[in-house]
Amino acid sequence: MTLISNLINGISLGSVYAIIALGYTMVYGIAKMLNFAHGDVIMVGAYISYLSTTALNVPPLLSVLIAMVVCTVLGVVIEGLAYRPLRKASSLAVLITAIGVSYFLQNAALLIWGSAPKSFSSIVPFDSISLFGGDLIITSEAIVTVITCIVIMILLNLFTKKGKMGKAMRAVSEDKDAAQLMGINTNFTISMTFAIGSALAAVAGVLLCSAYPTLTPTTGSMPGIKAFTAAVFGGIGSIPGAMLGGILLGVIEIFATSYISSQLSDAILFAILIIVLLVKPTGLLGKAVKEKV
Amino acid sequence: MDKMVPYPSGAIVPERDLNKKPILETHHLGIDFGGLTAVDEFSLTVGRTEICGLIGPNGAGKTTVFNMLTNVYQPTRGTILLDGKPTAGKTTAQVNRMGIARTFQNIRLFSNMSVLDNVKVGLHNSIKEGFISSVTHLFGYRKAEKTSTERALELLDFFSMADLAKVQAGSLPYGAQRRLEIVRALATNPGIILLDEPAAGMNPSETSELMENIRRIRDTFQISVMLIEHDMNLVMNICEGICVLDHGKIIAKGTPDEIKSNPAVIEAYLGKKKEAEDNAES
Repeated sequence: MTLISNLINGISLGSVYAIIALGYTMVYGIAKMLNFAHGDVIMVGAYISYLSTTALNVPPLLSVLIAMVVCTVLGVVIEGLAYRPLRKASSLAVLITAIGVSYFLQNAALLIWGSAPKSFSSIVPFDSISLFGGDLIITSEAIVTVITCIVIMILLNLFTKKGKMGKAMRAVSEDKDAAQLMGINTNFTISMTFAIGSALAAVAGVLLCSAYPTLTPTTGSMPGIKAFTAAVFGGIGSIPGAMLGGILLGVIEIFATSYISSQLSDAILFAILIIVLLVKPTGLLGKAVKEKV
Repeated sequence: MDKMVPYPSGAIVPERDLNKKPILETHHLGIDFGGLTAVDEFSLTVGRTEICGLIGPNGAGKTTVFNMLTNVYQPTRGTILLDGKPTAGKTTAQVNRMGIARTFQNIRLFSNMSVLDNVKVGLHNSIKEGFISSVTHLFGYRKAEKTSTERALELLDFFSMADLAKVQAGSLPYGAQRRLEIVRALATNPGIILLDEPAAGMNPSETSELMENIRRIRDTFQISVMLIEHDMNLVMNICEGICVLDHGKIIAKGTPDEIKSNPAVIEAYLGKKKEAEDNAES
Protein backbone atom coordinates (compact mmCIF):
# COMPACT_ATOMS: atom_id res chain seq x y z
CA MET A 1 0.00 0.00 0.00
CA THR A 2 2.83 2.42 0.72
CA LEU A 3 4.00 1.79 -2.81
CA ILE A 4 0.67 2.89 -4.28
CA SER A 5 0.44 5.78 -1.88
CA ASN A 6 3.95 6.90 -2.84
CA LEU A 7 3.12 6.55 -6.49
CA ILE A 8 0.04 8.74 -6.08
CA ASN A 9 1.99 11.36 -4.15
CA GLY A 10 4.69 11.24 -6.79
CA ILE A 11 2.26 11.71 -9.65
CA SER A 12 0.59 14.54 -7.78
CA LEU A 13 3.87 16.36 -7.09
CA GLY A 14 4.91 15.58 -10.64
CA SER A 15 1.73 17.14 -11.97
CA VAL A 16 2.66 20.41 -10.28
CA TYR A 17 6.15 20.20 -11.81
CA ALA A 18 4.54 19.44 -15.15
CA ILE A 19 2.30 22.52 -15.02
CA ILE A 20 5.31 24.69 -14.18
CA ALA A 21 7.43 22.96 -16.80
CA LEU A 22 4.84 23.80 -19.46
CA GLY A 23 5.55 27.48 -18.85
CA TYR A 24 9.30 26.96 -19.24
CA THR A 25 8.98 24.83 -22.30
CA MET A 26 6.45 27.03 -24.14
CA VAL A 27 8.50 30.15 -23.58
CA TYR A 28 11.65 28.32 -24.62
CA GLY A 29 9.95 26.91 -27.70
CA ILE A 30 8.75 30.28 -28.89
CA ALA A 31 11.15 32.91 -27.58
CA LYS A 32 14.18 30.55 -27.42
CA MET A 33 14.98 31.81 -23.94
CA LEU A 34 15.07 30.34 -20.44
CA ASN A 35 12.81 32.38 -18.23
CA PHE A 36 14.35 31.71 -14.84
CA ALA A 37 11.91 34.10 -13.22
CA HIS A 38 9.12 31.62 -13.97
CA GLY A 39 9.55 29.91 -10.59
CA ASP A 40 9.06 33.19 -8.78
CA VAL A 41 5.85 33.90 -10.66
CA ILE A 42 4.55 30.75 -8.93
CA MET A 43 5.40 32.27 -5.58
CA VAL A 44 3.62 35.52 -6.46
CA GLY A 45 0.58 33.50 -7.55
CA ALA A 46 0.51 31.66 -4.24
CA TYR A 47 0.82 34.91 -2.26
CA ILE A 48 -1.99 36.55 -4.22
CA SER A 49 -4.25 33.57 -3.61
CA TYR A 50 -3.26 33.51 0.08
CA LEU A 51 -3.87 37.23 0.55
CA SER A 52 -7.18 37.26 -1.26
CA THR A 53 -8.52 34.41 0.87
CA THR A 54 -7.17 35.70 4.20
CA ALA A 55 -7.37 39.48 3.86
CA LEU A 56 -10.29 39.82 1.47
CA ASN A 57 -12.22 36.69 2.40
CA VAL A 58 -12.59 35.71 -1.22
CA PRO A 59 -13.79 32.15 -1.87
CA PRO A 60 -10.86 29.81 -2.72
CA LEU A 61 -11.77 29.22 -6.34
CA LEU A 62 -12.12 32.94 -7.02
CA SER A 63 -8.77 33.52 -5.34
CA VAL A 64 -7.18 31.20 -7.90
CA LEU A 65 -8.74 33.23 -10.71
CA ILE A 66 -7.43 36.46 -9.16
CA ALA A 67 -3.98 34.92 -8.86
CA MET A 68 -4.13 33.84 -12.49
CA VAL A 69 -5.07 37.32 -13.65
CA VAL A 70 -2.35 38.99 -11.58
CA CYS A 71 0.28 36.51 -12.77
CA THR A 72 -0.78 36.87 -16.40
CA VAL A 73 -0.33 40.62 -16.16
CA LEU A 74 2.96 40.13 -14.31
CA GLY A 75 4.24 37.74 -16.97
CA VAL A 76 3.36 40.09 -19.82
CA VAL A 77 4.90 43.06 -17.99
CA ILE A 78 8.13 41.13 -17.27
CA GLU A 79 8.34 40.12 -20.93
CA GLY A 80 7.63 43.63 -22.18
CA LEU A 81 10.00 45.46 -19.82
CA ALA A 82 12.85 43.02 -19.33
CA TYR A 83 13.00 40.66 -22.29
CA ARG A 84 11.52 42.46 -25.30
CA PRO A 85 14.25 45.13 -25.43
CA LEU A 86 16.77 42.25 -25.58
CA ARG A 87 15.10 40.46 -28.50
CA LYS A 88 18.15 40.86 -30.71
CA ALA A 89 20.70 40.59 -27.88
CA SER A 90 22.77 37.47 -27.19
CA SER A 91 21.02 34.65 -25.39
CA LEU A 92 23.47 35.04 -22.51
CA ALA A 93 22.31 38.61 -21.89
CA VAL A 94 18.70 37.40 -21.77
CA LEU A 95 19.62 34.58 -19.40
CA ILE A 96 21.35 36.94 -16.97
CA THR A 97 18.37 39.30 -17.16
CA ALA A 98 16.04 36.42 -16.33
CA ILE A 99 18.12 35.57 -13.25
CA GLY A 100 17.99 39.25 -12.31
CA VAL A 101 14.21 39.32 -12.65
CA SER A 102 14.02 36.20 -10.48
CA TYR A 103 15.99 37.88 -7.66
CA PHE A 104 13.99 41.05 -8.12
CA LEU A 105 10.70 39.20 -7.60
CA GLN A 106 12.02 37.31 -4.57
CA ASN A 107 13.29 40.48 -2.91
CA ALA A 108 10.19 42.47 -3.79
CA ALA A 109 8.13 39.72 -2.13
CA LEU A 110 10.42 39.84 0.89
CA LEU A 111 9.93 43.59 1.11
CA ILE A 112 6.17 43.50 0.67
CA TRP A 113 5.17 40.34 2.52
CA GLY A 114 8.12 39.84 4.90
CA SER A 115 10.25 36.79 5.50
CA ALA A 116 7.96 35.08 8.00
CA PRO A 117 6.45 31.96 6.46
CA LYS A 118 2.73 32.13 5.83
CA SER A 119 0.73 29.02 6.40
CA PHE A 120 -1.28 28.46 3.29
CA SER A 121 -4.62 26.79 3.80
CA SER A 122 -5.58 24.34 1.12
CA ILE A 123 -8.00 25.63 -1.46
CA VAL A 124 -9.47 22.18 -1.97
CA PRO A 125 -12.69 21.95 0.01
CA PHE A 126 -13.13 18.15 0.02
CA ASP A 127 -11.90 15.55 2.50
CA SER A 128 -9.28 12.95 1.71
CA ILE A 129 -10.44 9.60 0.42
CA SER A 130 -9.70 6.62 2.56
CA LEU A 131 -9.52 3.23 0.85
CA PHE A 132 -8.94 -0.35 2.00
CA GLY A 133 -10.07 0.40 5.55
CA GLY A 134 -7.67 3.31 5.97
CA ASP A 135 -4.65 1.55 4.48
CA LEU A 136 -4.55 3.88 1.50
CA ILE A 137 -5.32 7.54 1.93
CA ILE A 138 -5.53 9.69 -1.17
CA THR A 139 -5.54 13.37 -0.36
CA SER A 140 -8.09 15.50 -2.14
CA GLU A 141 -5.24 17.85 -3.14
CA ALA A 142 -3.59 14.99 -5.03
CA ILE A 143 -6.78 14.25 -6.93
CA VAL A 144 -7.46 17.87 -7.80
CA THR A 145 -3.84 18.41 -8.85
CA VAL A 146 -3.77 15.44 -11.19
CA ILE A 147 -7.14 16.30 -12.75
CA THR A 148 -6.14 19.94 -13.22
CA CYS A 149 -2.93 18.83 -14.85
CA ILE A 150 -4.74 16.55 -17.29
CA VAL A 151 -7.29 19.24 -18.18
CA ILE A 152 -4.53 21.81 -18.78
CA MET A 153 -2.65 19.34 -20.94
CA ILE A 154 -5.69 18.65 -23.11
CA LEU A 155 -6.62 22.33 -23.50
CA LEU A 156 -3.06 23.31 -24.30
CA ASN A 157 -2.76 20.58 -26.89
CA LEU A 158 -6.00 21.67 -28.55
CA PHE A 159 -4.79 25.24 -28.48
CA THR A 160 -1.38 24.67 -30.04
CA LYS A 161 -2.25 21.89 -32.46
CA LYS A 162 -5.26 23.56 -33.99
CA GLY A 163 -6.60 27.05 -34.24
CA LYS A 164 -5.12 30.24 -35.53
CA MET A 165 -3.15 31.39 -32.46
CA GLY A 166 -1.62 27.97 -31.96
CA LYS A 167 -0.50 27.86 -35.58
CA ALA A 168 0.97 31.32 -35.23
CA MET A 169 2.87 30.13 -32.14
CA ARG A 170 4.26 27.09 -33.92
CA ALA A 171 5.21 29.26 -36.88
CA VAL A 172 7.04 31.75 -34.63
CA SER A 173 8.78 28.89 -32.85
CA GLU A 174 10.05 27.47 -36.15
CA ASP A 175 11.11 30.64 -37.91
CA LYS A 176 10.44 33.99 -36.31
CA ASP A 177 11.46 36.07 -39.33
CA ALA A 178 9.47 34.07 -41.85
CA ALA A 179 6.42 34.21 -39.56
CA GLN A 180 6.74 37.97 -39.39
CA LEU A 181 6.85 38.15 -43.17
CA MET A 182 3.58 36.20 -43.22
CA GLY A 183 2.01 39.04 -41.27
CA ILE A 184 2.24 37.48 -37.82
CA ASN A 185 2.87 39.89 -34.98
CA THR A 186 5.68 38.02 -33.24
CA ASN A 187 5.81 40.33 -30.23
CA PHE A 188 2.14 39.72 -29.57
CA THR A 189 2.59 35.97 -30.00
CA ILE A 190 5.48 35.95 -27.51
CA SER A 191 3.42 38.03 -25.05
CA MET A 192 0.59 35.51 -25.38
CA THR A 193 2.99 32.71 -24.56
CA PHE A 194 4.18 34.49 -21.43
CA ALA A 195 0.58 35.19 -20.47
CA ILE A 196 -0.42 31.53 -20.76
CA GLY A 197 2.73 30.29 -19.00
CA SER A 198 2.24 32.75 -16.12
CA ALA A 199 -1.44 31.92 -15.69
CA LEU A 200 -0.41 28.26 -15.43
CA ALA A 201 2.29 29.23 -12.92
CA ALA A 202 -0.39 30.78 -10.70
CA VAL A 203 -2.40 27.54 -10.80
CA ALA A 204 0.76 25.57 -10.01
CA GLY A 205 1.59 27.88 -7.11
CA VAL A 206 -1.79 27.42 -5.52
CA LEU A 207 -1.72 23.63 -5.99
CA LEU A 208 1.83 23.40 -4.67
CA CYS A 209 1.04 25.41 -1.55
CA SER A 210 -2.16 23.46 -1.00
CA ALA A 211 -0.10 20.29 -0.73
CA TYR A 212 2.96 21.84 0.97
CA PRO A 213 1.45 24.71 2.96
CA THR A 214 4.49 26.82 3.86
CA LEU A 215 4.71 30.01 1.83
CA THR A 216 7.85 32.18 1.81
CA PRO A 217 9.38 34.48 -0.83
CA THR A 218 11.67 31.64 -1.95
CA THR A 219 8.90 29.05 -2.21
CA GLY A 220 8.96 29.16 -5.99
CA SER A 221 12.66 28.84 -6.62
CA MET A 222 13.28 25.13 -5.92
CA PRO A 223 10.10 23.87 -7.66
CA GLY A 224 11.01 26.27 -10.46
CA ILE A 225 14.43 24.71 -10.90
CA LYS A 226 13.00 21.20 -10.68
CA ALA A 227 10.32 22.01 -13.22
CA PHE A 228 12.99 23.42 -15.49
CA THR A 229 14.85 20.14 -15.02
CA ALA A 230 11.63 18.33 -15.89
CA ALA A 231 11.29 20.37 -19.07
CA VAL A 232 14.87 19.49 -20.08
CA PHE A 233 14.33 15.88 -19.03
CA GLY A 234 11.28 15.54 -21.29
CA GLY A 235 12.83 17.53 -24.12
CA ILE A 236 12.68 21.29 -23.88
CA GLY A 237 10.29 22.90 -26.34
CA SER A 238 7.98 19.88 -26.32
CA ILE A 239 4.66 20.16 -24.49
CA PRO A 240 4.08 16.39 -24.01
CA GLY A 241 7.77 16.20 -23.01
CA ALA A 242 7.24 18.73 -20.22
CA MET A 243 4.28 16.71 -18.99
CA LEU A 244 6.14 13.41 -19.05
CA GLY A 245 9.29 14.91 -17.56
CA GLY A 246 7.33 16.59 -14.76
CA ILE A 247 5.49 13.46 -13.72
CA LEU A 248 8.58 11.24 -13.91
CA LEU A 249 10.51 13.75 -11.84
CA GLY A 250 7.81 13.88 -9.18
CA VAL A 251 7.63 10.09 -8.93
CA ILE A 252 11.43 9.74 -8.77
CA GLU A 253 11.63 12.41 -6.08
CA ILE A 254 9.00 10.82 -3.85
CA PHE A 255 10.43 7.32 -4.32
CA ALA A 256 13.96 8.49 -3.60
CA THR A 257 12.74 10.32 -0.52
CA SER A 258 10.86 7.40 0.95
CA TYR A 259 13.01 4.44 -0.09
CA ILE A 260 16.53 5.82 -0.14
CA SER A 261 17.03 9.02 1.78
CA SER A 262 15.15 12.26 2.04
CA GLN A 263 18.41 14.19 2.18
CA LEU A 264 19.70 12.57 -0.97
CA SER A 265 16.51 12.79 -3.01
CA ASP A 266 17.51 15.92 -4.92
CA ALA A 267 20.98 14.55 -5.58
CA ILE A 268 19.48 11.35 -6.99
CA LEU A 269 17.06 13.38 -9.09
CA PHE A 270 19.76 15.43 -10.72
CA ALA A 271 22.03 12.42 -11.14
CA ILE A 272 19.26 10.75 -13.17
CA LEU A 273 18.86 13.91 -15.21
CA ILE A 274 22.57 13.89 -16.05
CA ILE A 275 22.43 10.24 -17.09
CA VAL A 276 19.39 10.80 -19.31
CA LEU A 277 21.03 13.78 -20.96
CA LEU A 278 24.22 11.79 -21.55
CA VAL A 279 22.28 9.05 -23.30
CA LYS A 280 19.77 11.28 -25.05
CA PRO A 281 20.95 14.90 -25.11
CA THR A 282 17.65 16.21 -26.53
CA GLY A 283 15.63 14.81 -23.62
CA LEU A 284 13.10 12.00 -23.68
CA LEU A 285 10.73 13.44 -26.30
CA GLY A 286 12.96 16.15 -27.74
CA LYS A 287 13.57 16.30 -31.45
CA ALA A 288 17.12 16.26 -32.70
CA VAL A 289 17.85 19.43 -34.62
CA LYS A 290 18.97 18.43 -38.06
CA GLU A 291 21.65 20.65 -39.45
CA LYS A 292 21.80 20.71 -43.21
CA VAL A 293 25.30 20.75 -44.59
CA MET B 1 2.43 41.17 -73.40
CA ASP B 2 1.33 44.78 -73.18
CA LYS B 3 3.41 47.66 -74.43
CA MET B 4 5.33 49.51 -71.73
CA VAL B 5 4.26 53.15 -71.59
CA PRO B 6 5.38 56.03 -69.41
CA TYR B 7 3.52 57.62 -66.50
CA PRO B 8 3.69 61.43 -66.44
CA SER B 9 6.60 60.97 -64.01
CA GLY B 10 8.52 59.11 -66.71
CA ALA B 11 8.44 55.70 -65.02
CA ILE B 12 7.28 53.02 -67.42
CA VAL B 13 4.49 50.53 -66.67
CA PRO B 14 2.42 48.14 -68.81
CA GLU B 15 -0.24 50.00 -70.80
CA ARG B 16 -3.13 48.28 -68.98
CA ASP B 17 -1.88 49.69 -65.63
CA LEU B 18 -1.48 53.25 -66.86
CA ASN B 19 -4.69 54.61 -65.38
CA LYS B 20 -4.17 52.79 -62.08
CA LYS B 21 -2.02 53.85 -59.16
CA PRO B 22 1.30 51.93 -59.13
CA ILE B 23 1.43 49.15 -56.51
CA LEU B 24 4.97 49.99 -55.49
CA GLU B 25 7.08 53.13 -55.75
CA THR B 26 10.48 53.72 -54.26
CA HIS B 27 12.25 57.04 -54.26
CA HIS B 28 16.00 57.38 -53.76
CA LEU B 29 16.06 54.33 -51.51
CA GLY B 30 19.40 53.59 -49.86
CA ILE B 31 20.88 51.65 -47.00
CA ASP B 32 24.28 51.72 -45.29
CA PHE B 33 25.77 48.96 -43.19
CA GLY B 34 28.34 50.67 -41.02
CA GLY B 35 30.33 52.73 -43.50
CA LEU B 36 29.41 50.56 -46.46
CA THR B 37 26.66 51.67 -48.81
CA ALA B 38 24.91 48.49 -49.89
CA VAL B 39 22.17 50.07 -52.01
CA ASP B 40 21.85 53.68 -53.10
CA GLU B 41 19.48 55.83 -55.15
CA PHE B 42 17.10 52.95 -55.82
CA SER B 43 14.06 54.51 -57.49
CA LEU B 44 11.55 52.21 -59.14
CA THR B 45 7.88 52.17 -60.05
CA VAL B 46 6.02 48.89 -60.43
CA GLY B 47 2.64 48.80 -62.16
CA ARG B 48 -0.47 47.27 -60.61
CA THR B 49 -0.25 44.00 -62.57
CA GLU B 50 3.31 44.18 -63.85
CA ILE B 51 5.80 41.32 -63.79
CA CYS B 52 9.02 43.04 -62.96
CA GLY B 53 12.52 41.58 -62.87
CA LEU B 54 15.35 42.65 -60.62
CA ILE B 55 18.63 41.35 -61.97
CA GLY B 56 22.30 41.94 -61.50
CA PRO B 57 25.56 40.17 -60.70
CA ASN B 58 26.02 38.39 -57.36
CA GLY B 59 26.36 40.80 -54.46
CA ALA B 60 24.70 43.65 -56.36
CA GLY B 61 22.22 44.20 -53.50
CA LYS B 62 19.10 42.57 -54.95
CA THR B 63 18.07 40.67 -51.81
CA THR B 64 18.90 43.78 -49.76
CA VAL B 65 16.29 45.63 -51.84
CA PHE B 66 13.74 42.90 -51.00
CA ASN B 67 14.66 43.18 -47.34
CA MET B 68 14.09 46.92 -47.43
CA LEU B 69 10.78 46.57 -49.24
CA THR B 70 9.57 44.21 -46.49
CA ASN B 71 11.10 46.33 -43.70
CA VAL B 72 13.37 43.49 -42.59
CA TYR B 73 16.00 46.22 -42.97
CA GLN B 74 15.03 49.81 -42.27
CA PRO B 75 16.27 51.91 -45.20
CA THR B 76 18.79 54.62 -44.31
CA ARG B 77 17.45 56.99 -46.96
CA GLY B 78 14.51 57.36 -49.28
CA THR B 79 10.86 56.37 -49.23
CA ILE B 80 8.82 53.32 -50.14
CA LEU B 81 5.19 53.77 -51.14
CA LEU B 82 3.15 50.59 -51.10
CA ASP B 83 -0.18 51.16 -52.81
CA GLY B 84 0.48 54.86 -52.34
CA LYS B 85 1.08 54.60 -48.60
CA PRO B 86 4.52 55.08 -46.99
CA THR B 87 5.90 52.02 -45.15
CA ALA B 88 8.44 53.89 -43.01
CA GLY B 89 8.31 52.96 -39.33
CA LYS B 90 6.10 49.92 -39.88
CA THR B 91 7.03 46.45 -38.66
CA THR B 92 7.58 43.60 -41.10
CA ALA B 93 4.22 42.10 -40.12
CA GLN B 94 2.43 45.41 -40.67
CA VAL B 95 4.03 45.86 -44.10
CA ASN B 96 2.85 42.36 -45.00
CA ARG B 97 -0.67 43.33 -44.01
CA MET B 98 -0.37 46.43 -46.19
CA GLY B 99 -0.02 44.10 -49.16
CA ILE B 100 3.49 42.81 -49.76
CA ALA B 101 4.48 39.16 -49.49
CA ARG B 102 7.68 37.32 -50.37
CA THR B 103 9.51 34.06 -50.73
CA PHE B 104 13.11 33.38 -49.80
CA GLN B 105 16.29 32.58 -51.68
CA ASN B 106 16.87 29.59 -49.42
CA ILE B 107 13.51 28.03 -48.65
CA ARG B 108 12.10 28.99 -45.25
CA LEU B 109 8.97 26.95 -44.81
CA PHE B 110 7.69 25.91 -41.39
CA SER B 111 9.07 22.48 -42.15
CA ASN B 112 7.66 20.64 -39.13
CA MET B 113 4.13 21.77 -39.94
CA SER B 114 1.86 20.24 -42.55
CA VAL B 115 1.51 21.77 -46.01
CA LEU B 116 -2.02 22.87 -45.11
CA ASP B 117 -0.93 24.49 -41.85
CA ASN B 118 1.82 26.41 -43.66
CA VAL B 119 -0.79 27.97 -45.91
CA LYS B 120 -3.07 28.60 -42.95
CA VAL B 121 -0.30 30.56 -41.23
CA GLY B 122 -0.34 32.75 -44.32
CA LEU B 123 -4.08 33.18 -43.87
CA HIS B 124 -3.56 34.26 -40.24
CA ASN B 125 -4.78 37.82 -40.65
CA SER B 126 -7.80 37.01 -42.77
CA ILE B 127 -9.25 34.57 -40.23
CA LYS B 128 -11.42 35.92 -37.45
CA GLU B 129 -10.90 33.69 -34.45
CA GLY B 130 -10.45 34.89 -30.90
CA PHE B 131 -8.38 33.50 -28.05
CA ILE B 132 -11.35 31.98 -26.25
CA SER B 133 -12.58 30.13 -29.32
CA SER B 134 -9.02 28.94 -30.00
CA VAL B 135 -8.82 27.36 -26.55
CA THR B 136 -12.32 26.01 -26.27
CA HIS B 137 -12.96 25.18 -29.92
CA LEU B 138 -16.37 26.81 -29.51
CA PHE B 139 -17.87 30.18 -30.44
CA GLY B 140 -17.35 30.13 -34.18
CA TYR B 141 -14.16 28.09 -34.06
CA ARG B 142 -15.45 25.45 -36.47
CA LYS B 143 -16.69 28.00 -38.96
CA ALA B 144 -13.42 29.95 -38.88
CA GLU B 145 -11.35 26.78 -39.25
CA LYS B 146 -13.57 25.51 -42.05
CA THR B 147 -13.28 28.77 -43.97
CA SER B 148 -9.51 28.83 -43.61
CA THR B 149 -9.15 25.16 -44.60
CA GLU B 150 -11.29 25.71 -47.68
CA ARG B 151 -9.39 28.81 -48.68
CA ALA B 152 -6.05 27.07 -48.12
CA LEU B 153 -7.07 24.05 -50.20
CA GLU B 154 -8.29 26.35 -52.95
CA LEU B 155 -4.90 28.05 -53.08
CA LEU B 156 -3.07 24.72 -52.99
CA ASP B 157 -5.27 23.46 -55.78
CA PHE B 158 -4.21 26.40 -57.90
CA PHE B 159 -0.74 24.82 -57.92
CA SER B 160 -2.11 21.24 -58.07
CA MET B 161 -0.91 20.60 -54.51
CA ALA B 162 -4.23 19.95 -52.76
CA ASP B 163 -3.49 16.23 -52.49
CA LEU B 164 -0.31 17.02 -50.53
CA ALA B 165 -2.18 19.01 -47.85
CA LYS B 166 -1.51 16.55 -45.01
CA VAL B 167 2.17 16.00 -45.84
CA GLN B 168 4.83 17.53 -43.60
CA ALA B 169 6.23 20.54 -45.46
CA GLY B 170 9.87 19.61 -44.81
CA SER B 171 9.48 16.23 -46.51
CA LEU B 172 8.22 17.65 -49.83
CA PRO B 173 10.50 17.46 -52.85
CA TYR B 174 12.46 20.61 -53.58
CA GLY B 175 10.29 21.91 -56.41
CA ALA B 176 7.11 21.44 -54.37
CA GLN B 177 8.67 23.28 -51.41
CA ARG B 178 9.37 26.24 -53.72
CA ARG B 179 5.77 26.16 -54.93
CA LEU B 180 4.44 25.91 -51.38
CA GLU B 181 6.43 29.01 -50.41
CA ILE B 182 4.66 30.90 -53.18
CA VAL B 183 1.25 29.57 -52.08
CA ARG B 184 1.96 30.58 -48.47
CA ALA B 185 2.94 34.08 -49.58
CA LEU B 186 -0.19 34.35 -51.75
CA ALA B 187 -2.31 33.34 -48.75
CA THR B 188 -1.49 36.65 -47.07
CA ASN B 189 -3.51 38.30 -49.86
CA PRO B 190 -0.79 40.60 -51.19
CA GLY B 191 -0.97 43.29 -53.86
CA ILE B 192 2.60 42.49 -54.85
CA ILE B 193 4.58 39.31 -54.34
CA LEU B 194 8.37 39.27 -54.24
CA LEU B 195 10.04 36.08 -55.43
CA ASP B 196 13.70 35.68 -54.52
CA GLU B 197 15.30 33.40 -57.12
CA PRO B 198 12.21 31.25 -57.69
CA ALA B 199 13.89 29.13 -60.37
CA ALA B 200 17.08 28.40 -58.42
CA GLY B 201 17.90 24.70 -58.64
CA MET B 202 15.12 23.93 -61.11
CA ASN B 203 15.50 21.99 -64.34
CA PRO B 204 14.28 23.50 -67.65
CA SER B 205 10.88 21.81 -67.55
CA GLU B 206 10.27 22.92 -63.95
CA THR B 207 11.37 26.43 -64.93
CA SER B 208 8.92 26.63 -67.80
CA GLU B 209 6.16 25.41 -65.49
CA LEU B 210 7.18 28.13 -63.03
CA MET B 211 6.97 30.77 -65.76
CA GLU B 212 3.48 29.61 -66.57
CA ASN B 213 2.56 29.75 -62.87
CA ILE B 214 3.91 33.27 -62.45
CA ARG B 215 1.77 34.46 -65.36
CA ARG B 216 -1.24 32.64 -63.90
CA ILE B 217 -0.71 34.30 -60.52
CA ARG B 218 -0.68 37.70 -62.17
CA ASP B 219 -3.74 36.99 -64.32
CA THR B 220 -5.84 35.25 -61.66
CA PHE B 221 -5.12 37.41 -58.64
CA GLN B 222 -4.52 40.62 -60.63
CA ILE B 223 -1.42 41.36 -58.60
CA SER B 224 2.09 42.37 -59.41
CA VAL B 225 5.06 40.00 -59.28
CA MET B 226 8.60 41.21 -58.71
CA LEU B 227 11.35 38.66 -59.01
CA ILE B 228 15.07 38.30 -58.53
CA GLU B 229 16.42 35.72 -60.94
CA HIS B 230 19.64 34.66 -62.59
CA ASP B 231 17.93 32.56 -65.26
CA MET B 232 17.95 35.07 -68.13
CA ASN B 233 15.66 32.94 -70.25
CA LEU B 234 12.96 33.22 -67.57
CA VAL B 235 13.54 36.91 -66.96
CA MET B 236 13.51 37.90 -70.64
CA ASN B 237 10.45 35.76 -71.30
CA ILE B 238 8.05 36.84 -68.58
CA CYS B 239 9.22 40.19 -67.23
CA GLU B 240 7.66 43.30 -68.69
CA GLY B 241 9.95 45.71 -66.93
CA ILE B 242 13.49 44.91 -65.84
CA CYS B 243 15.72 46.76 -63.43
CA VAL B 244 19.45 46.00 -63.40
CA LEU B 245 21.41 46.52 -60.24
CA ASP B 246 25.20 46.59 -59.97
CA HIS B 247 27.20 47.53 -56.88
CA GLY B 248 24.01 48.73 -55.19
CA LYS B 249 23.04 51.15 -57.95
CA ILE B 250 20.53 50.89 -60.78
CA ILE B 251 22.48 50.82 -64.02
CA ALA B 252 19.55 50.24 -66.35
CA LYS B 253 15.76 50.10 -66.42
CA GLY B 254 13.56 49.14 -69.31
CA THR B 255 11.90 46.44 -71.37
CA PRO B 256 13.66 43.11 -71.99
CA ASP B 257 14.71 44.23 -75.46
CA GLU B 258 16.18 47.49 -74.16
CA ILE B 259 18.04 45.67 -71.40
CA LYS B 260 19.49 43.05 -73.77
CA SER B 261 21.12 45.71 -75.90
CA ASN B 262 22.14 48.07 -73.10
CA PRO B 263 25.94 48.46 -73.10
CA ALA B 264 26.10 49.16 -69.34
CA VAL B 265 24.33 45.87 -68.63
CA ILE B 266 26.56 43.91 -70.96
CA GLU B 267 29.54 45.50 -69.25
CA ALA B 268 28.28 44.62 -65.75
CA TYR B 269 27.74 41.00 -66.72
CA LEU B 270 30.64 40.38 -69.08
CA GLY B 271 33.24 42.95 -68.08
CA LYS B 272 34.45 45.99 -70.00
CA LYS B 273 34.62 45.73 -73.75
CA LYS B 274 37.91 47.61 -73.71
CA GLU B 275 39.49 44.97 -71.47
CA ALA B 276 38.18 42.21 -73.67
CA GLU B 277 39.71 43.86 -76.73
CA ASP B 278 42.97 44.44 -74.90
CA ASN B 279 43.04 40.81 -73.94
CA ALA B 280 42.34 39.81 -77.51
CA GLU B 281 45.21 41.93 -78.77
CA SER B 282 47.79 40.70 -76.30
